[in-house]
Amino acid sequence: MSNTQNSSLRPPRMKRRLSRDCEDSTSSCEGPADSYKRVRQPAEDPGDLSNWARLPQEILLHIFQYLPLLDRAFASQVCRSWNQAFHMPELWRCFEFELNQPASSYLKATHPDLIKQIIKKHSNHLQYVSFKVDSSTESAEAACDILSQLVNCSLKTLGLISTARPSFMELPKSHFISALTVVFVNSKSLSSLKIDDTPVDDPSLKVLVANNSDTLKLLKMSSCPHVSPAGILCVADQCHGLRELALNYHLLSDELLLALSSEKHVHLEHLRIDVVSENPGQQFHTIKKSSWDAMVRHSPKFNLVMYFFLYEDEFGPFFRDEIPVTHLYFGRSVSKEVLGRVGMNCPRLVELVVCANGLRPLDEELIRIAERCQHLSAIGLGECEVSCSAFVEFVKMCGRRLSQLSIMEEVLIPDHKYSLDEIHWEVSKHLGRVWFPDMMPTW
Amino acid sequence: MPINSIHWFRKGLRLHDNPALLEAARGSQTLRCVYFLDPWFAGASNRGINRWRFLLQCLEDLDSSLRKLNSCLFVIRGQPANIFPRLFKEWKVSRLTFECDSEPFGKERDAAIKKLASEAGVEVITKISHTLYDLDRIMELNSSQPPLTYKRFQTLVSSMEPPEPPLEPLTRELLGNCVTPVSENHKERYGVPLLDELGFDTESLAPAVWPGGESEALMRLERHLGPDSTAAWQENFERPKMNSSPLLASPLGLSPYLRFGCLSCRLFYYKLTELFKKVKNGSPSISLYDKLLWREFFYTAASNNPRFDRMEGNPICIRIPWDRNPEALAKWAEAKTGFPWIDAIMTQLRQEGWIHHLARHAVACFLTRGDLWISWEEGMKVFEELLLDADWSVNAGSWLCHSCSSFFQQFFHCYCPVGFGRRIDPNGDFIRRYLPILQDFPAKYIYDPWNAPEEVQRAAKCVIGVDYPKPMVNHAEASRLNIERMRQIYQQLSRYRGLSLLATVPSNHMEVVSVSEAQGAAVPPTCRRTQSSTSSHPGVRREQPGPSRPKYRGTRHRHALNHRTSPYTTQSNLTENGHEFAVPQQPGRLFWPIGGGAGKRETEAEHNGCHGDDGPSTSSSALKAQVDKKRREDGEGVAFSS
Repeated sequence: MSNTQNSSLRPPRMKRRLSRDCEDSTSSCEGPADSYKRVRQPAEDPGDLSNWARLPQEILLHIFQYLPLLDRAFASQVCRSWNQAFHMPELWRCFEFELNQPASSYLKATHPDLIKQIIKKHSNHLQYVSFKVDSSTESAEAACDILSQLVNCSLKTLGLISTARPSFMELPKSHFISALTVVFVNSKSLSSLKIDDTPVDDPSLKVLVANNSDTLKLLKMSSCPHVSPAGILCVADQCHGLRELALNYHLLSDELLLALSSEKHVHLEHLRIDVVSENPGQQFHTIKKSSWDAMVRHSPKFNLVMYFFLYEDEFGPFFRDEIPVTHLYFGRSVSKEVLGRVGMNCPRLVELVVCANGLRPLDEELIRIAERCQHLSAIGLGECEVSCSAFVEFVKMCGRRLSQLSIMEEVLIPDHKYSLDEIHWEVSKHLGRVWFPDMMPTW
Repeated sequence: MPINSIHWFRKGLRLHDNPALLEAARGSQTLRCVYFLDPWFAGASNRGINRWRFLLQCLEDLDSSLRKLNSCLFVIRGQPANIFPRLFKEWKVSRLTFECDSEPFGKERDAAIKKLASEAGVEVITKISHTLYDLDRIMELNSSQPPLTYKRFQTLVSSMEPPEPPLEPLTRELLGNCVTPVSENHKERYGVPLLDELGFDTESLAPAVWPGGESEALMRLERHLGPDSTAAWQENFERPKMNSSPLLASPLGLSPYLRFGCLSCRLFYYKLTELFKKVKNGSPSISLYDKLLWREFFYTAASNNPRFDRMEGNPICIRIPWDRNPEALAKWAEAKTGFPWIDAIMTQLRQEGWIHHLARHAVACFLTRGDLWISWEEGMKVFEELLLDADWSVNAGSWLCHSCSSFFQQFFHCYCPVGFGRRIDPNGDFIRRYLPILQDFPAKYIYDPWNAPEEVQRAAKCVIGVDYPKPMVNHAEASRLNIERMRQIYQQLSRYRGLSLLATVPSNHMEVVSVSEAQGAAVPPTCRRTQSSTSSHPGVRREQPGPSRPKYRGTRHRHALNHRTSPYTTQSNLTENGHEFAVPQQPGRLFWPIGGGAGKRETEAEHNGCHGDDGPSTSSSALKAQVDKKRREDGEGVAFSS
């Protein structure tokens, strides 16, 4: 197949480039020349109705939506009509910029030429944009450069995602903020914003609120050290449509919960709190039970997801009173005592994951959790020893509502009632499905 | 016509239970046992000195055992493909025997040699003896696919006949009239080389903790059934406990010997059965052979997958956007992480060539998904250099497991580089042994010495940041970031949108495989080109004009399809969780299926956060609306972004 035969059909340079750029991730089953041949052949027969070039644009659009960018690019080389379809705004509403440097990532980056093309030709079509950025500062800078060029678009969603070490944090704050506020100011209808691990600050949140308060529904900003409790309170006060929020515990306050449960505010759906300790022995503030109660009254179905990354001795203020947490994750060792309190004070608990606990088996704590957490349907235990009989008892009490049950085999302690071989049958019986403990290679 | 045989040793460095060797001796006039060693390759290879020493000791031992039979070993300097044709002529060879190699590159090499042999009119006999089972048989039972979970593998294996019993060792009687002609300059030409002849500096080398060789292996095995049978029982049959594991090299340890084939896995299997019967009545269930079976599992998984040891182009490996960070990698590999537990293990590994499997979990988790977010491939390479029992398949397979890159591992559980070790060895004796600098630290602080007050550090004569490094990461912060990333990756793979962390990973018992019609692994040579081209500048790639391009893309496409159907296709009747485990449409491109969640709030919120309820899907076009509806019903998002 010669190149010349192909060239008459070749659409603007960009797509050729693009195909080179994306070759590793996607591919079409044949080269453009092949597809050209196959597609054109029926057309040479005038009686044949299957003229692909005359497919209505609507149908083409429908098909194109299922194709990855690279395949669309190849398809666009087939004929004019397909090439037009390639540029339809509907196909450019979503884009994920992948910004990686060869020195810091194994993955490919979106080709600079494609980025240029998008900014030039399609930036006014963009609505759902995300940036995946590796651990290099250059990549984070490149993301900011693109952001600051998005002046004539109205984004609905924006996600800044660090795929490795959080590199936005390494940028000069002012540089990051000015790029981000370009989007805040120009978009005016942002509904979802994910800016975890970035140097976003209170003033920039104010800009966000000033321009997007009616539309904002989702805000994820875990580990944004430059935001203060007052900054997030301002968001909650003004953005009454906010339904999902993710932040670190140090931003959580009684005022925030009360603002989120004010009459003007829609029902909250998810609240995700990360509790991370910067240095051992850190003191954490408490949240009043009345604030949580107000939250539950206002949004009876809301999910409270809490991730704990604390040393064992830092749990003092937690789980003293009833807390409406639904999903609990303990990323480090947590004491039997705290797990005992979880059993007492978390009546809405749906999922519990414990990475590790001390040296003594968790038996009574598990039984209590099964007894009192009537909605518990998922549990994962890492380095937490449990006796086989307590484990079986736990599963029996929870029964089939346990849709997820994960435990490492080596932490199950065989006892007089069950050996390790028996436990898989016992547990399977109570769950009503085949179940095995998790295994790691013993090689 | 007289039969002149060559037995070609590669792995399987033993005389017992060596069916191919027996074939070589059967009815032959002459037998020569050869081992190929490329001395120029030795210095340049990434195998560490301990591995070379172990190998040379194996060869020494083999040579001396053969000498007891009036034979000897021929260590041939060079590459088999270059030298065999000459040997065939020189020795008038009519029969060549060797042990089957199940690994992809071994198979390729053996196919080439078989061709050479048949061209030279040499009969080739191969026998399976490095694994318990015929791996092809296992795959046959599993619809020609390697099982992707260990449970599934266990099930398959337990439906098979038990492994064949081990054969008798080669003896003088079996050799009969068969002789080994030895030339005068045998030692110079074919003797086992010394370590320093291979270019290693042996002056500062400590004595081997793991002496290589079949004799040593058999001695260790004897101890299992002899005076040490209680310890052997614990080591082999009792499930490893989190808090009492022997971290030190055990005189009963056998894994390096199995790796080099100094010990037959079948012999070990039957000795284990004997041991079980000695201590308990009845016959052991299949799970009691776990150690051997994990090894077998990885051999099976890798046997048709030449890209088993890498992320790119490996159909069973999840693509995770690992960080490239040579400095951090070096700190890990050189035991300078500042976490005594990690550094002690890495020191033990470098000094002795073996670490306990819990220790492997700890350092592997730390390097990859736990703390440093560095690719498992890098860790695998370090193990390949240092770990005596690191075999290509087993090593890569373990790393795939540890990094949660394959085999349906639950990723929620990260080993804490402080707490995990403390649980196993509260006193820190293990650390003191390998990191003498920390010797005087009280047990309270030995796992996190940076938390010790200054006076404690000074009293211990080890100031953190001066005499021993500060911890290279904040574990709490790193695990927060990493668990979130793993969750996102798995969520995208599974298309699961709920809040549950656990539900993002399919349960391990569901076997699931339909690793595509074509061997997911049979990657055409074009892939190598891809690989090399990735390193070049993106703008320069794909310049090859003309006919090669379409073809090239064609193969890639097949490859991509393999991905599509690979690790997460679930048999629908087994999905008890109500959520679907679809397949990454584009491997590794962890795209963000923005349009997918438009229907359900819960759905939306969780997937990476942000897209509003009026996603791109609620366009005005009626057609589009239909698409959305369909998509919602399917519960899967379509990737709009490339």
